[in-house]
Amino acid sequence: MPERPDAVINDTVTHATEDAAMNQPIPQSTDASPDLPAAGAGIAVSARSSKAVAEDGPLQAIARGETPASAIHDSVGEHEAVLEIDHFDFWYNQTAQALYDISMNVPYGKVTSLIGPSGCGKSTLLRSVNRLNDLIDGVRIEGDMRLKNESIYGQGVDVIELRKRMGMVFQKSNPFPMSIYENVVYALRIDGERRKSVLDEVCERSLRGAALWDEVKDRLHDLALGLSGVQQQRLCIARAIAAEPEVLLMDEPCSALDPIATGKIEDLIDELRGTYTILIVTHNMQQASRTSDFTAFMYLGRLIEYGATQDLFTKPQLRATEHYITGRFG
Amino acid sequence: MNDRTEGQEDNRKAAPAGDPGAGGGSWSNRRRRARNSLFAAGEPAVWLTGGALAICTAMVVGLLLLVLWQGLVTFWPQAVERVTTPDGETYMGEITRHNAYAPEESVLSSLSEQVAQQARQDLADDGQTIRRLFRTGNFRLTQNHFTWVDDFSVEKRDKPEWALVLERLEWGRFYGFPEQFVQLHPLDGQTPQALSGSLRTGLAAGHSLQLAVSAPGEPGFALHPLADLRAAAPTPDPAAADAAAGGATPEAAEPAPAPTGIDPSEVIAIAEVAEGPEAAWAAFSEHHGTVRERWQRRRSLEKHDTGKINHKQEQARLAMRSAAMDLETATENANGGTSPEIDRARTRLEEAEAEFEEVRTWANEAFADIRAEIDRINEENGRYQLVMKTAGEGTAPAQTTYARLDGIVRAYPANQLGTGGKVGIYLSRWLEFLVDEPREANSEGGVFPAIFGTVTMTLIMSIAVVPFGVLAALYLREYAKGGVVVSTVRIAVNNLAGVPSIVFGVFGLGFFCYVTGASIDQLLFAAHLPNPTFGKGGILWASLTLALLTLPVVIVATEEAVAAVPNSMREGSYACGASKWQTIQRIVLPRALPGIITGMVLAIARGAGEVAPLMLVGAVKLAPELPLDGTFPYLHPERSFMHLGFHIYDVGFQSQNSEAARPMVFTTTLLLIAIIAFLNLATVALRTRLRKRFAAGQF
Ligand SMILES: Nc1ncnc2c1ncn2[C@@H]1O[C@H](COP(=O)(O)OP(=O)(O)OP(=O)(O)O)[C@@H](O)[C@H]1O
Ligand SMILES: [Mg+2]
Repeated sequence: MPERPDAVINDTVTHATEDAAMNQPIPQSTDASPDLPAAGAGIAVSARSSKAVAEDGPLQAIARGETPASAIHDSVGEHEAVLEIDHFDFWYNQTAQALYDISMNVPYGKVTSLIGPSGCGKSTLLRSVNRLNDLIDGVRIEGDMRLKNESIYGQGVDVIELRKRMGMVFQKSNPFPMSIYENVVYALRIDGERRKSVLDEVCERSLRGAALWDEVKDRLHDLALGLSGVQQQRLCIARAIAAEPEVLLMDEPCSALDPIATGKIEDLIDELRGTYTILIVTHNMQQASRTSDFTAFMYLGRLIEYGATQDLFTKPQLRATEHYITGRFG
Repeated sequence: MNDRTEGQEDNRKAAPAGDPGAGGGSWSNRRRRARNSLFAAGEPAVWLTGGALAICTAMVVGLLLLVLWQGLVTFWPQAVERVTTPDGETYMGEITRHNAYAPEESVLSSLSEQVAQQARQDLADDGQTIRRLFRTGNFRLTQNHFTWVDDFSVEKRDKPEWALVLERLEWGRFYGFPEQFVQLHPLDGQTPQALSGSLRTGLAAGHSLQLAVSAPGEPGFALHPLADLRAAAPTPDPAAADAAAGGATPEAAEPAPAPTGIDPSEVIAIAEVAEGPEAAWAAFSEHHGTVRERWQRRRSLEKHDTGKINHKQEQARLAMRSAAMDLETATENANGGTSPEIDRARTRLEEAEAEFEEVRTWANEAFADIRAEIDRINEENGRYQLVMKTAGEGTAPAQTTYARLDGIVRAYPANQLGTGGKVGIYLSRWLEFLVDEPREANSEGGVFPAIFGTVTMTLIMSIAVVPFGVLAALYLREYAKGGVVVSTVRIAVNNLAGVPSIVFGVFGLGFFCYVTGASIDQLLFAAHLPNPTFGKGGILWASLTLALLTLPVVIVATEEAVAAVPNSMREGSYACGASKWQTIQRIVLPRALPGIITGMVLAIARGAGEVAPLMLVGAVKLAPELPLDGTFPYLHPERSFMHLGFHIYDVGFQSQNSEAARPMVFTTTLLLIAIIAFLNLATVALRTRLRKRFAAGQF
């Protein structure tokens, strides 16, 4: 299936005219056809989604400006959470709310992907985790997040210390204007690490981790900007994992790469699975289904459905999720 | 413009291709629009922009070419021409320029018959005639450096083979013919006969020996043939003397023959004379180098050695003065009573006084030594003289003058020079220009102090302005939250660039010299007062004034460079756990460095060429000492300095001999442009290297 073109849905009015059927929960039967009219056949999908009545799906609620409860699969709760997002709201400025009451637990050592149409707040959520949004003037948040039970937005949190516990890979690779070696050990350098043995070791380990070692080991001291696109992105991954982060955040790491390069990054993510907790944003449904253990579907700033990837893709609890996954809208 | 029908054709063809959906209704519409717009065709725009560029380029290139040409030809040695008029006037010199003019009737009527006739003939066709400006030199004979000669009054014109150009330390150039070269051999206790005898053996061909007899006036001696020497005075015969004394009648004491010739005791030296231009020139060439070397030594003695002694003496005086001041304060503090403070201060003062006395005796001795050495060198150099005969100055007949060799910087027979010789003179003039000090009120000699001052000032300025500008710009871009204050600051900074530079000079004088400098003097150099040390113009204050002047350039350039650093880089750095300062220091600054250096280039270009404010804060016509020298503390930021830009102004418009100084304006301008270009190229090269390092292509 080709990657869907991103259609920006910012406007709730547009959405309100869409097929009402897709807003409804679908029966929990594996052979259920998506086209099957599901009038009144809905069931409560989770303890917190009891508000979602059968004929009134979450998308209608969103269209009315409400924030329906997310459909969170029980499978998520079976895993130890490293990152807990707790009723998180986010405003870019007084009027532009980008996230509405997001609550989700990111399981330890798993790959969790965030999917949803463009502009639904995936990046905002991701950047809220390491408080990169603090750099923007006028943002406001409510609620909290916890990394290993330590508050991220609480009072007196040292943002810099916090960011040191996470790594981040951006949509567009952004190697620093320095050598490959210095790029990788950047996080250690700013911590004041000077021992060459340590730096060398971390550099090699990280580059091996990012499957880049063999390609660049002979030119570690060349300028990083001389690498190819996919190499640069893998370098950024190496940089992100150099400080052994507790959570690795990836914002569409493959969107600027061709399919072969994308495959390489996906393989890499596969290898990192288990070692790192990864939270990844993607537009590519196949990528989400291939690489991630858990998937969260977001829509207009709300978390719609969240569960094990397998379940979400084969038997989504909400019709909206199913429609998005199968490409009916988004 | 295109033919109209042709333009319509084009439109008709283009329109359907561009927009197949365009219906018949919009058809006429489109055609009208295309015709109305002059710029739609594109061609006029090309002409407009290209023309503007061409005009700009022509002006800039024209200016540069003028400076380059005038600056380059100035030092090229020219032929020396001699002209004579029917009225018997003679002029000899280099032609500096010529122009066409229409002489007034009164001028013509004052001419002699023959010349006036020639002039009328000349003027017949267009009423104008050519006149040439001769650099005739020989200022002490004519009180003139230049003379205009009308073409119509020239009867004969030639380039004498032995016309010699002397560039002298003083009084400008001298044009004439070498007649003799005189080298004095001091007697050193020998008799003239003995010395001439011994000299005769090794005498070069064409040289002869003569007697040098002390005489008042310029060379200090007069020459007489050897034969004039009175035979060794017969040792007075005691008998004859007795007879003379005892003789009663005068006739008995037969009067000694009236002494003919020259008494050996009057002879001060034996002169070895090279007669004739060729021999004189050869002898001159042989001795000029050594004489000049001795002269250099003398100059160094006068400057450096005396300077050092003076410095020591001044130091001792200052120590004494500050001890005296300490005593005063101690006495004041004691309120008329006594205190150990006073005693201590008094002993210190006594010590300082003793020290000063000691230094003074030493200095006087040292001065005497130097004086003696200088006198010796002077005396030795005075033994070499070139005798020159002029071609005649106007109506005056030819004259003969002596020229000391150590007063001649350079001499050459202008009309005999081949290309190689000319190039040699040309290069030696450039060398002198670049490494030597100015002489003759800056209109001759070199500009080394000015080069040094300009470069040093520019460097100090860059060192001051770049860090400040960069820090300020970083605050504006990275830390300050946008708002009224930041906008105001930004506007203020930009307006600073529009303030006339002389205002900065006034500010620099008022703030740096009179406030800051005076305070520094009060605190640290109280002993020097009332002579200001920092409380007057100096290279430091000039540099800081220019730093202020160029600050907006650096701030604006840095702000732009910092803003151009992609945000993704900053985010990447923050995501790695870097603090703001770490991000700035490790990511933003390196990336912005090329842009910052661009700002530096602009600042240097602006600062090095600025003159007006410098006149107020420390640039002077002639600085006795460089701001950097061998006496502690080596760098003297309080000293006034020379600056090429100011030098141009001074030489071109403040010089008495402005005609002679004019070419120097162009050479100095050329040099200033070259220095600024060099400084810029150096920074650009640096920038290119940095750019390669930090900002290679993304993929
Ligand atoms: N700096 C900002 N200031 C104001 N609004 C913003 C800002 N950045 C994003 N937004 C808005 O917040 C909403 C969420 O944006 P976000 O970038 O998180 O979406 P996304 O899901 O990552 O989209 P995409 O898939 O296109 O990357 C969008 O409506 C966007 O317009
Ligand atoms: Mg995004």
